[in-house]
Amino acid sequence: MKPIIRVENLTHTYGENTPFCRSAVKDVNMEIYQGEFLGVIGHTGSGKSTLIQHLNGLLKPTGGRILLGDRDIWAEPKKIRDVRFRVGLVFQYPEYQLFEETAYKDIAFGPKNMGLDEKEIDRRVRASAAFAGLEEELLEKSPFDLSGGQKRRVAIAGVIAMEPEVLILDEPSAGLDPAGRKSLLENIRAYHKEKGTTVVMVSHSMDEVAENVDRIVVLANAGVVMSGMPHEVFSRAQELIDVGLNVPQVTQVAMELVKRGVPVDPAVYTVADLRAALSALKGGRA
Amino acid sequence: MLKDITLGQYFPGNSLAHRLDPRTKILLTVLYIVILFCAQGFVSYALVAGLLIIGVKVSGVAPKALVRGLKPILFIICFTAVLNLFYTPGEILASFWIFKITKEGVFTAFFMVLRITMLIMGTFLLTYTTSPISLTDGLETLLAPLKKIKVPVHELSMIMSIALRFIPTLIEETDKIMSAQKARGADFESGSIFQRAKALVPILVPLFISAFRRADELAIAMECRCYHGDAGRTKLHVLHYQPRDYLVLLAYGAILVGVLGRFGL
Amino acid sequence: MTEIIKTEDLTFSYPPDEGKEPVQALKGVDLSIARGSFTVILGHNGSGKSTLAKHMNAVLLPVGGKVWVDGMDTSDEDLLLEVRRRVGMVFQNPDNQIVANVVEEDVAFGPENLGVPTEDIQRRVAAALKAVGMEDFTLHAPHHLSGGQKQRIAIAGIIAMEPACIVLDESTAMLDPLGRREVLDTVRKLNREKGITIVLITHHMDEAAMADRVVVMDGGRVAMDGAPKEVLVRVEELRAIGLAAPHTVELLHGLRQDGFDVPLDALGIQECAGAIAESL
Repeated sequence: MKPIIRVENLTHTYGENTPFCRSAVKDVNMEIYQGEFLGVIGHTGSGKSTLIQHLNGLLKPTGGRILLGDRDIWAEPKKIRDVRFRVGLVFQYPEYQLFEETAYKDIAFGPKNMGLDEKEIDRRVRASAAFAGLEEELLEKSPFDLSGGQKRRVAIAGVIAMEPEVLILDEPSAGLDPAGRKSLLENIRAYHKEKGTTVVMVSHSMDEVAENVDRIVVLANAGVVMSGMPHEVFSRAQELIDVGLNVPQVTQVAMELVKRGVPVDPAVYTVADLRAALSALKGGRA
Repeated sequence: MLKDITLGQYFPGNSLAHRLDPRTKILLTVLYIVILFCAQGFVSYALVAGLLIIGVKVSGVAPKALVRGLKPILFIICFTAVLNLFYTPGEILASFWIFKITKEGVFTAFFMVLRITMLIMGTFLLTYTTSPISLTDGLETLLAPLKKIKVPVHELSMIMSIALRFIPTLIEETDKIMSAQKARGADFESGSIFQRAKALVPILVPLFISAFRRADELAIAMECRCYHGDAGRTKLHVLHYQPRDYLVLLAYGAILVGVLGRFGL
Repeated sequence: MTEIIKTEDLTFSYPPDEGKEPVQALKGVDLSIARGSFTVILGHNGSGKSTLAKHMNAVLLPVGGKVWVDGMDTSDEDLLLEVRRRVGMVFQNPDNQIVANVVEEDVAFGPENLGVPTEDIQRRVAAALKAVGMEDFTLHAPHHLSGGQKQRIAIAGIIAMEPACIVLDESTAMLDPLGRREVLDTVRKLNREKGITIVLITHHMDEAAMADRVVVMDGGRVAMDGAPKEVLVRVEELRAIGLAAPHTVELLHGLRQDGFDVPLDALGIQECAGAIAESL
């Protein structure tokens, strides 16, 4: 697979030359592959917010560089806006950034900044609203009259409408109830599948990441501590626990089963897989 | 970054200046400003400078931090200096084209810069050594007599302390909203003044909505904690003048009387 | 009196938008919360769980029916302060409930409003901060604290009023796993050690497992009510109202369909693994 974004020796130090000097990310190397659904996990303060704000050029590295395609995104600082159109970033609680009179206009804000014509903007607004799971009739409403979940969908549609090559979502499901969380993630998965766009989802919920992504990068203490397929990552459950992260409930049960001498894979992470493994085991024994 | 603003910041500490009653410090600062504005000539400026130096020493605040605080108003200082330098009539020292530098101008400019610098440094000394909350407490207590003439002193001080509490939160929020809009291609740095003003809408609208929401939620949270105005309210810290407050006020007074009397100013 | 809060046929509707019918948020809720208990109220958004919570200390007043707090009718205006002193409320957004810019001043806010004498406030503030494990932060500025720490300060601010009950209205919703853990450990400790009644409103199912009692709200009514082991095992019903049973229960539920002889109510990880190992 071909990397679309390469992070090379990225360091970001806040407040350099002051007593409050602190590196939020330190010497980070990682790659994001074309078309993958990547999960980034880490606890608060692990550097994940700082990292993702580098990927679209909102923050400038104090050391190292970010390559998009094969070009350093800061090669031409004046063109950094183009990078932001190519790498779409949805912040945490994005509903607090809505400002237009109608949901439609708010979603159109990004495409308008790109200088697209009316017709193209209209197409993109409608397409992205559909991807984000918004019904057509909501588009003419004021975003402030919508429910919390709908507002969030408007905000996500606003970034999708720029048709970025990479979509980054910071805790997209934070604060939603289980049904809202489930349906939003279904929408994001469907978007990834249909458009084939690279999606990066930042989360601190292991269960959420386990159920949705192809590959996981684990951040802790300003650096990458692990990366790999979910199965590989969860097979190192103890290390995850050591850096202050949870492992999925199912993995925890599997680990306990192994301790009790039941021969299951301790890195299993979905209910269905563990159920199948146990049933097979029982079938074999009976 | 917006977070770097240091104007009027509080540096926690345990120096004599920190431990003084906020009312004492407010009174001293007011007195200091009055003298500063009455000062004329080297002796009285030296007196004010002396007071400032003693203040800095006693507070343990790094002089560097005070100087750093001057940065935002550097322009005003220079501007005043230049104006005074060229526009004061008197004995001409040098001249070129239409500009004339006069002896009086040099003096006025010099004293003007000194006055502004010392004014800022003096008031910074107050805010550097007094937490915003004790500052409001001090003001509320000092102004308490005004309640008799229906000035809502308690309400004003509550407003002030809540404002102080929310400034960092709102600054952080502004930063975040700006980043979010930039991520959608918003451009705050180029274009005509009109375009730039218009570019602020996507920041201001969410910011106001969020501030109103916060205000609403805070009001409910305050009511839930039994807030019902000033009536019957007690305090965690009641301000008490300590012997040190009287001593400092006395010493300050003595210096003033002594120096002013000696030089007959 | 064994119950601290009691609602009687409680109904409530928010004032409607112009030209629209009012939507009933609560449609007749009868609930009593036992003194010293730990109750979790679950429900999806719009189920009425938060509306119910806001009736527990007179932030909202019933449109129909009654709410009693420690025997006091919450709609009696003369008793308002007393009601709010006995039932404290912690809200969702940690930033919007901290009043002062020094931790100790914030914790003191409640007692100050109640007119508690100064020496007593100082004692209460120290005790409250100790109870939530934040005594090392007495003089800190709240905006430098983490979300979990801010919520613990908010809890301390309530404890300083010496209440009988604390209602947490989705107070863990905006926190990361670490912050949630901090808050949950804190309220559990307060419940066990100080006998403070806890009512926790949440949509995190795993928070329900630690309660004495789980109340599930749906459509403005109480849909289920019982011990966690009774409620959390109703997999199909929970799913039908937009909630999900814990993964342990989901797993056990699936295994039972596959012919395993396992109990459904082994909620905990250890318990669940133990039951499965035994059945093999």
